[in-house]
Amino acid sequence: MSETAIPAAHADPASPPPGDAAATAWRVACAVADIPAQGARVVAVAGRPEIAVFRTLDDRVFALVDRCPHKGGPLSAGVVHGHAVTCPLHNWAIGLADGRAREPDEGCARTVPARVEGGMVWLAVETG
Amino acid sequence: MARQKLVMVGNGMAGVRTLEELLALAPGEYDITVFGAEPHPNYNRILLSPVLAGEQTLPDIILNDEAWYAEHGIRLLLGRPVTAIDRARRTVTAADGTRVPYDRLLLATGSKPFMLPVPGADLDGVMAFRDIGDVDRMVESAARYRHAVVVGGGLLGLEAANGLLARGMDVAVVHLGETLLDRQLDGEAARLLQHSLESRGLRFHMRAQTAALLGGPHGRVRALRLAGGEELPADLVVMAVGIRPNADLAQACGLHCDRGVVVSDTMQTYDPRIYAVGECVSHRGVAYGLVAPLFEQAKVAANHLAMIGIGRYPGSVTSTKLKVTGIDVFSAGEFAGGEGTEAITLADPAGGVYKKLVLREDRLVGACLYGDTADGAWYFRLIREGRSVAELRDHLMLGEGAVGDAGHAGTDRVAAMADDAEVCGCNGVCKGTIVQAIRAKGLFTVDEVRKHTKASASCGSCTGLVEQILINCVGGAADVKPKSEKPLCGCTEHTHGEVRRAIREHHLVSLGQAMRFMEWRSPDGCATCRPALNYYLISTWPGEAQDDPQSRFVNERMHANIQKDGSYSVVPRMWGGVTNAAELRRIADVADKYAVPMVKVTGGQRIDLLGVRREDLPGVWADLGMPSGHAYGKSLRTVKTCVGSEFCRFGTQDSTAMGIALERALFGMWSPHKVKLAVSGCPRNCAESGIKDVGVIAVESGWEIHVGGNGGIKTEVAQFFAKVATPEEVLEMVGAFLQLYREEGFYLERTSHYLARVGLEHARAAVVDDPANRAELYRRLRFALSFESDPWQARTAPGPVPAEFATLAL
Repeated sequence: MSETAIPAAHADPASPPPGDAAATAWRVACAVADIPAQGARVVAVAGRPEIAVFRTLDDRVFALVDRCPHKGGPLSAGVVHGHAVTCPLHNWAIGLADGRAREPDEGCARTVPARVEGGMVWLAVETG
Repeated sequence: MARQKLVMVGNGMAGVRTLEELLALAPGEYDITVFGAEPHPNYNRILLSPVLAGEQTLPDIILNDEAWYAEHGIRLLLGRPVTAIDRARRTVTAADGTRVPYDRLLLATGSKPFMLPVPGADLDGVMAFRDIGDVDRMVESAARYRHAVVVGGGLLGLEAANGLLARGMDVAVVHLGETLLDRQLDGEAARLLQHSLESRGLRFHMRAQTAALLGGPHGRVRALRLAGGEELPADLVVMAVGIRPNADLAQACGLHCDRGVVVSDTMQTYDPRIYAVGECVSHRGVAYGLVAPLFEQAKVAANHLAMIGIGRYPGSVTSTKLKVTGIDVFSAGEFAGGEGTEAITLADPAGGVYKKLVLREDRLVGACLYGDTADGAWYFRLIREGRSVAELRDHLMLGEGAVGDAGHAGTDRVAAMADDAEVCGCNGVCKGTIVQAIRAKGLFTVDEVRKHTKASASCGSCTGLVEQILINCVGGAADVKPKSEKPLCGCTEHTHGEVRRAIREHHLVSLGQAMRFMEWRSPDGCATCRPALNYYLISTWPGEAQDDPQSRFVNERMHANIQKDGSYSVVPRMWGGVTNAAELRRIADVADKYAVPMVKVTGGQRIDLLGVRREDLPGVWADLGMPSGHAYGKSLRTVKTCVGSEFCRFGTQDSTAMGIALERALFGMWSPHKVKLAVSGCPRNCAESGIKDVGVIAVESGWEIHVGGNGGIKTEVAQFFAKVATPEEVLEMVGAFLQLYREEGFYLERTSHYLARVGLEHARAAVVDDPANRAELYRRLRFALSFESDPWQARTAPGPVPAEFATLAL
């Protein structure tokens, strides 16, 4: 599990994570244990597209906007393998770390910064 | 630890394909150095003929450009023929003195054209047809000279002759044999071919031996003299009389050689550090000169170089196609016939069509086609699969379209299709797009075409067409294999059959265990292999193997059918298609309460609620109070029934009760693919039993059971399986057949495909003719089903909504 420590200031919703647009904030989404290994959960953010939070076999956590770049399929419903997810609609494989479709398909899902601290999953969500 | 050094001698198709396979398996395992004698990167040698004919250019046929080598960190030494191998010091030395050490050496030195040892063979203007240099010289000659003579009427000779003719030369072909292409065609087809080539302007001297080549004043050839004394004017002589494995280097360093470098089934030479692939190789006494076998060898060599060590090369069945535009010739297997074989022939000399199929017992073992080769791929598949064609025999000659195996009868004349003709209806892919992708990306398999173009990626009914296009584009290099011979996916070398066997024989009960045991290349597989493995595990070891929801397609995880907008459809079970007012009222209430956008009657005699939100699924199921219809699973779907003798004036038996009994007995059955049943009360067959996986038809004296029907992608009529007297016998017979399919079917193989693979006779022998085995199969099915329960009810227990359905809120 990536136990990157988050500076205390960034656990404060009012304070933006470094390097991101001003209108984002770190929020706790759930516990890592709430996500099945090799699975995903859907996180709803008011007024924003839903986010899919993935947990891989090696216990890494990644987050993507829950839309396949191909036809908008829900990536959260796909099969998670390695650090990728296969969209349930037309089998595009999407890299979890960068959101990019595996070749020869072309396209990119939006990534959402995610980190794990003390067994909790934090997402940098847009607040603006 | 320093990486091991791999040196490859020879930069042709077989060698580079080995590197590609190796890089896919074990990137970074080796520091790789490649010596190439030619100054070009790897190109598609098979396509030299179209280049000569002016239909393609050199850049069109490059398979791996120099950037590819750079990208993979391969040191590429072009134009440097290797002159010596020192096996004691483990170094290779090139003509320019470059010396490179190796830990492992891969010989891919290809073959050398055989030059007739006749006087004048060393004159200017006398050449072989082997590489880009030869093509350049031929094109140059064609621009300056008039008379060309090609020696040899084999594949290469005819393609050379055709190319030179297209370049405006006056071309004669000298052939020693009785007929052209005597290794690929029988006499009949060869005569048609000769006639057709003559009408294009080629001249032939058959049964003619070359005695000498005569030089002119400037040392260039001016004529070819035949053994009979006749002289043919010749400014250019192309020798195409055969190739010899190029084993000089191997021989010089003391490796055992016969016709070529002798290798074992693991592509190893007698020096275990040295591997060899391609045309330079002699495997079990055979040296292959076609590309498909070379690719199979490449796969095996790469597997061993990657230290996986499980591949074996058992030899190949080959097929050939002549790449002369406008003339279609195809042959495969034992087309010449021989002891114990019989031939079916069709000859239409005026129409320019000749077909010969060679059978041994009930199997197709060879085919020779002239003029109409559209079914070549299909025949080749039948030959390789080696399955019984007894049932097809009457239609065999008429082709795949005639046995209803294509769903596109009449349009499968690929060569004649326009570029904008649609091949894949699901994804809207035209022939031109596919051809372009094959050429531009250097594709050799249907899977690759599927990935790059999406053609045949959805319903798969155009796979045969795509296969034919591939064969038309790359000829014998097309890697067309049935599912039974292909690895399950890119994560493994093993076929479906091997995986099933390993799970059974080694008592593997979990995904992790199975992947470790079979040395999966990826830690947790992919979306293709995981669902297949999961099915194989739970069907082989019911009650023992743990079902893994994360390895199931979303539908089987959510127990509903995902729709394009991410919502789900819900189909409650209606036993035998029978419902009542209370159920209908509840369905109506659910539709209102959850604002279901569409309520639709299905083809399987049930009601579909479409557009249900994920979070609502448990609530919908609870309110319906009906069991899951499994309309989403690779499982028992529906048992369609007619009203039968209870109401119908024609009904002979109570088909509705029979259908309900079957549906209840099979409830919760997971299978390789979906399974649909029907029971009809009389031969009028209102329940459409003829197109179901299992169709039961009542007759006055009992029940007829038909199997392997399919009403989907390709309509397939069910075949008669057995006739029984009582409903109990129906249950046992049907259950035993489905258990056999569950145990032997490959994942995503419908019963019709399963039966096409194993043969109806096999299923009959195991189920109908062997009562003890039938009882045992049925017992195993009931044992497996004893662990199943209604998945909907299990998820509607009081308490919070299960996590997989719930959305987290921020």
